[in-house]
Amino acid sequence: MIAFRVDGRSGVPPYLQLVQQVRQALRMGVLKIGDQLPTVREVVAAVAVNPNTVLKAYRDLEREGLIEARAGQGTFVRQLPPGPPPGTHSRLGRSLARWVGEARAAGLDDEAIASLLQVTLRAANEANPFSSEEIA
Amino acid sequence: MNLAIETNELSKRYRRVTALSDCSIAVPEGRICALVGPNGAGKTTLLRMLAGLLKPTAGTASVLGGVPRQDPAFLGGVGFLAQEIPLYRGLTAEDHIRAGAHLNRRWDAASARTRLASLSVPLDRAVGKLSGGQRAQVALALTLAKQPRVLLLDEPVAALDPLARRHFLGTLTAAVADAGGELTVVLSSHLIVDLERVSDHLILLSKSRVQLCGDADDLLAEHKMLVGPRKDTSVLERTHTVVHAVRTPRQARLLIRLNGPVIDPAYEIEDISLEDLVLGYMGADAPEAYAHLTAVGEDQ
Repeated sequence: MIAFRVDGRSGVPPYLQLVQQVRQALRMGVLKIGDQLPTVREVVAAVAVNPNTVLKAYRDLEREGLIEARAGQGTFVRQLPPGPPPGTHSRLGRSLARWVGEARAAGLDDEAIASLLQVTLRAANEANPFSSEEIA
Repeated sequence: MNLAIETNELSKRYRRVTALSDCSIAVPEGRICALVGPNGAGKTTLLRMLAGLLKPTAGTASVLGGVPRQDPAFLGGVGFLAQEIPLYRGLTAEDHIRAGAHLNRRWDAASARTRLASLSVPLDRAVGKLSGGQRAQVALALTLAKQPRVLLLDEPVAALDPLARRHFLGTLTAAVADAGGELTVVLSSHLIVDLERVSDHLILLSKSRVQLCGDADDLLAEHKMLVGPRKDTSVLERTHTVVHAVRTPRQARLLIRLNGPVIDPAYEIEDISLEDLVLGYMGADAPEAYAHLTAVGEDQ
């Protein structure tokens, strides 16, 4: 089961935060096809947001085809968002964590690491402009 | 769209003081409505008139289609929780639940017990010995046991710590979800970040008058912050309304109510938060000043 959180100071509308967290959970393999999402009541009791916020998030995800509401049963995961199979993210995340460890050991701070990542992404996009479209 | 609450030029004057002037509001059924404004703006006066505890000097109010009054037929549908959380400190939550069964036509004692048990609030301890958060939960559970269709809450979370506030608001939003669109809430508070999470409707009072009333998302979309050089704004003001302006010798930050697109390229246009909106209409100079006031709980 997914545990939502809503950051009131993030500037991202609360409903969008919920949408992003479901998509993220699907990509990371935390949620699988057929899994049940918490009810609107469960979400609002846990994170104290307006019920309409949760309904709006679930409607958006349903329109995307990722989840479906089954009458009298609840809301379930219907399919995964387009992109690499679940597990890919966590595998890449692990190798990135190793790389970050190396960078730290070499004396790079967070800002230096972030700018190196940006420069590398930009260079990769220039080398192959179509691949970035797919990722985005 | 059914209106749960509607007032028309509602006013309340005491001998010399005007507490509320020409207040016309509409709250659709099923909304959680934030009631905001500085101290003395008339929030408590409005809530007490809606609850039938105070007679208006002029104007009319309609709650669930009826005129607010001290009469069981009206009060059965309305829950009101006053700022001071009125409970008998020597009695337990269970005592209160049993007493409520005798005093109310409709009374869901089981839901009150379940609600409090799920929050680990002891039913058998004197209410005076509970924490502030637990007492507020007892009061809310009792108010909800009436199964009201309109719930009026006057700064119920002002005295609570952040965790207790979160739990209180979670109970409230869950009750609204349970009611499936048939419970309307008006909640006054100074804690704008809380209100931004839970509310979808807004009433902003200032200087005894209604400054804004409407759907929260609509109101936010109708207002923008313009950031740009300090210059004459008379052209801008031909189309838009400047609600509040902060000017330094070189720069200006203008909160405007849109009436069409902004075409002046000198300005950067930013979306605003509920806090920006409230502060703008209250005419505060700097958000920090207000944040400080709310942090120390200015009503306490």
